[in-house]
Amino acid sequence: MTQRDRPPPEAFLRAAAQEGRGKLKIFLGAAPGVGKTFEMLSQGMARSKAGVDVIVGIVETHGRTETEALTRGLEILPRRAIDHQGHMLTEMDLDELLARRPQLALVDELAHTNAAGSRHPKRYQDVEELLDAGIDVYSTVNIQHIESLNDVVASFTRVRVRETVPDTILDQAEIEVVDIPPAELIERLKEGKVYLPQEATRALGHFFSQSNLSALRELALRRAAQAVDAQMLDHVRANALGGTWAGSERIVVAVSEIAGSTGLVRAAKRIADALHAPWTAVHVETARTRQLGPDEHQRIAAVLALATQLGGQVATVPASTVTQGLKAFLLDARATQLIVGKSVRSRLFEMRHGSVVDRLVRETPGVAVHVLPFEEESPSGIGRAQLPSSTMSPWGAPSGYLWTFAWVVAVTLIGSGLFHILDLGNVGMLYLVPVMAAASLFGLRTGLFAGLASSLAYNFFFLPPTGTLTISNPENIISIFVLLGVAFVTSQLTSHVRVQADLAAASARTNAALAGYLRHLTSLKDPAEVAHAACVEIARLLSLRVVMLEQGSAGLSIKASSHAGPNLETMEMAAAQWVTDTGQPAGRGTGTLTASDWRFQPVQAGDRILAVLGLAQEDGRDPVRSDQLPLLGSLIDQTALALERLRLESEMRDIDAMQERERLRSALLSSVSHDLRTPLTSVLAAAGELRRKYPDPLLDTLEGEATRLNRFVANLLDMARVEAGALKLHLEPVDLTDAVSAAVHDTRRSLDGHPIELNVAPDLPLVMVDPQLFHHCLLNLFDNAGRYGDPGTAIIVHAKRTIDGLVLSVIDCGMGLPAGREAEVFETFRRLEGSDRSASGTGLGLAIVKGFAEAMGMTVKSQNRDDGHGACFSIDFPERLLVRPPEETLDI
Amino acid sequence: MTANRILVVDDDLHIRRLLESALVRAGYVPIEATTAAEALEQAKNGAPDAILLDLGLPDRDGLEIVTLLRQRCPAPIIILSARESTDQKVAALDLGAHDYVTKPFDSEEVLARLRATLRARIEAQGASPIVLAGTVTIDLANREVRRDGKEVHLTRKEFEVLSQLALHPGRVVTHQRVLAAAWPHEIDRRIDYLRIVVRNLRQKLEADPSRPALIINELGVGYRLMADN
Repeated sequence: MTQRDRPPPEAFLRAAAQEGRGKLKIFLGAAPGVGKTFEMLSQGMARSKAGVDVIVGIVETHGRTETEALTRGLEILPRRAIDHQGHMLTEMDLDELLARRPQLALVDELAHTNAAGSRHPKRYQDVEELLDAGIDVYSTVNIQHIESLNDVVASFTRVRVRETVPDTILDQAEIEVVDIPPAELIERLKEGKVYLPQEATRALGHFFSQSNLSALRELALRRAAQAVDAQMLDHVRANALGGTWAGSERIVVAVSEIAGSTGLVRAAKRIADALHAPWTAVHVETARTRQLGPDEHQRIAAVLALATQLGGQVATVPASTVTQGLKAFLLDARATQLIVGKSVRSRLFEMRHGSVVDRLVRETPGVAVHVLPFEEESPSGIGRAQLPSSTMSPWGAPSGYLWTFAWVVAVTLIGSGLFHILDLGNVGMLYLVPVMAAASLFGLRTGLFAGLASSLAYNFFFLPPTGTLTISNPENIISIFVLLGVAFVTSQLTSHVRVQADLAAASARTNAALAGYLRHLTSLKDPAEVAHAACVEIARLLSLRVVMLEQGSAGLSIKASSHAGPNLETMEMAAAQWVTDTGQPAGRGTGTLTASDWRFQPVQAGDRILAVLGLAQEDGRDPVRSDQLPLLGSLIDQTALALERLRLESEMRDIDAMQERERLRSALLSSVSHDLRTPLTSVLAAAGELRRKYPDPLLDTLEGEATRLNRFVANLLDMARVEAGALKLHLEPVDLTDAVSAAVHDTRRSLDGHPIELNVAPDLPLVMVDPQLFHHCLLNLFDNAGRYGDPGTAIIVHAKRTIDGLVLSVIDCGMGLPAGREAEVFETFRRLEGSDRSASGTGLGLAIVKGFAEAMGMTVKSQNRDDGHGACFSIDFPERLLVRPPEETLDI
Repeated sequence: MTANRILVVDDDLHIRRLLESALVRAGYVPIEATTAAEALEQAKNGAPDAILLDLGLPDRDGLEIVTLLRQRCPAPIIILSARESTDQKVAALDLGAHDYVTKPFDSEEVLARLRATLRARIEAQGASPIVLAGTVTIDLANREVRRDGKEVHLTRKEFEVLSQLALHPGRVVTHQRVLAAAWPHEIDRRIDYLRIVVRNLRQKLEADPSRPALIINELGVGYRLMADN
């Protein structure tokens, strides 16, 4: 399989995301009245009869009796009442529906706009949440509500529909077209079967013409076919069936604040869909756009939001000119098609500046450029050539004119003072000074004013005949044109330079702000300080009110804020909680919980949501302008980095502390091992030596107790090794006979008086154990049996094959273990009370047996003997620890 | 016969005193050294017949001293070592130490090892090829093994293993050494083969095979044939 044939990862991701998600089926109609709701209810009813748990989420029957009759057999969710400025509105009760968790919900009119105060502004967002919760949904929609077809429909019906559904919803749905011939629909309309009668008549004239309905019907069928196409394509990609598709096309649409940009975006979506190509809406930020007012920024943000909603990518590119920005972006994105709007500038403007489109076509070979007209959003619309409400008037400041006038006067006075030593032409040169100064400092119009004033003064005071505005010598006319020309060229050059400087300054300001912020954050040592600094700094840089919330054990709470006493309402806390849960922005200016004045952004590092940042304007306007979003994004990223850095540092400190504890512990262990055992060795050997020279029972006691102390020290060390979890195993095949007899040998003194009965079959398989650790297990088991067995009774060591391994038991003869608590003996320092097992011992031995045995893959068990006279401790070896050498090597 | 001179190398005064006391009781002449440097000096000039060596000396790595002592004098070395350090014991034996005693030790045990080691030294000079161990007689020259006077039939592998142990009666022989001698052509010397052969030998030679008294296993190190002194 070559690289080209491999399905793109998104196809897998999409398929994976759809696992566990509810399925959406859309009944698509060309117009109201075709019977979508009826069809949906019929199919819902059929599913209900088939045993599916179906509920009617919301259905508008428009008083149609046939439809109403159909709802009767189905469970209907009670609607939620919302008080909207005195009117009682009812909406689908989303929370109740989610709590009820049906298998299938019927939700009419997908394009519906929810009443203010609902969780989502649009019903299709409710449906998305239902699907996310794993609930299947049936819904209905008319073709004119499809976002990308909005313009097309409006173009022939002359009715623009405000409620639209993004195409992405359709792309994930199964679509069923509900279709009746147009003539029949008009008939039904006349019979009053469609709307309530008074609405029907009005609707008829505008919308329900035969030709409109035919066109709508064709659109609906085509759109449905396209959806099938797209789903087929997904399928082909996911299964790498090797189909060919136009994967190489990439479409870029250039948008601006001009009202018709939304039309361009929709057109881009249609073209992209037809080509199955990815597409991006790009806005080029120039010096001009920085001077736009809040309304224009709002419009740009809305256009970019629409592009996102339609499934496109968005980008904002800073550049000194639109052409340069677009050119660079087209190259970066490897775009093949560019969509731009037809210029609304005057012919004169284009002659002077050259058309952007012309230049683009010339300078981007290999890119097809589509030039579309900017279509106005609504008939009443916003004026086409509306001037941007610039902060700087093109006329320049009045003080500039005063200054210019003063300079011209001054030059005239100087000129007349020097007139006797200069010739006429040189005096004319003097006037270049005020002209250039005015043009470069105050812009084109002030410069032209300076040129005009200079030429008038020159003419009046110096050109013969002086004292008049007539010019006797035609050569002098040239001087006047030169002055005006200089004014024009200088102002153009300076304004260009100034634009560049402004851009650079703005970019430098942003960088400086970021750098300053970063420096500030780096110096902080505590997450609370970072939170506070983040709030204060972001509030200062963006002129906002800022709060930071963090998820604690008791839920979300405010950690820091830029202003005293921030007060978040329940709804706002809900939005913040949503952000914490989903990692998506919510609140004002986003798609979720928009009724709040606050906008909430996640502060996240990787997949972890570290905190939530809330932003609001003092006066309740939209908190963040579109051109501030990149800066805000950077600031939030820096905050996240700072918080993550502190978290990692704190973790590192914890790890260091733990390592230090471990180091101390092992140092202590080795010192105990050496310092305790060396003298014990001497004591033991001395006692043995003395006992031989002077037989005395006291010396027996001395040797016996020293031996016991030695075992105790060994046990302490062993236990520390078990608890440190740092047992190094040296596994080798061991003959149980060897292991048992070594343990018997080493405990011969402490088990004095307890005969040992060995019942270890000679043909048992070898076991894979660490000989030293296993030896210690046996020592402790024998020791334990000797301590708790009645004096003089035998200790039985028993080993036999089982179905799935081998079991070795050490059985004593005594009181046994307290009933019901047999398993507890293996716990550290556990010496069972309530029995006569009060012999000396530390309670460590059996815990060591368990720790070592489990480290080697065996299990331990304790129980009472069947006859009740004593306890039985067993070690189970699973089959995998048994070793059987190949027979043939043995009989040689 | 002059008394054997035994060099005791240990930095702990009390251990030295104990060992010397036991050695004197058994009729040996103890010489002592507290550091590696002293030990090397005594090995060269003190003409010891055997060396008791503690591996935990302050001034030199234990294993290094084994090599250095072996280079300076022919006296056999018995290591004094803690139970846990199996690897160290095996390494010391590989470097030429003759045997080891695990701390904390019993002085009788030390003396028994010493006897076995010294005897091996004498035998090496003109040894009889017949080894006695309880009721078992092993004739290395004629490849004959008798138990209670009756010949016992051993397989070739069984005899190879037994003769390796009988060549060093009373001393520990590492697993690797037995494996190398008995399975010279096996590349991966598998201890499990050896364990089964030893198990069979015990069945044929031990009075109670489940309580071995003749062929003793030393945990993680090797086997020891408990020969008569």
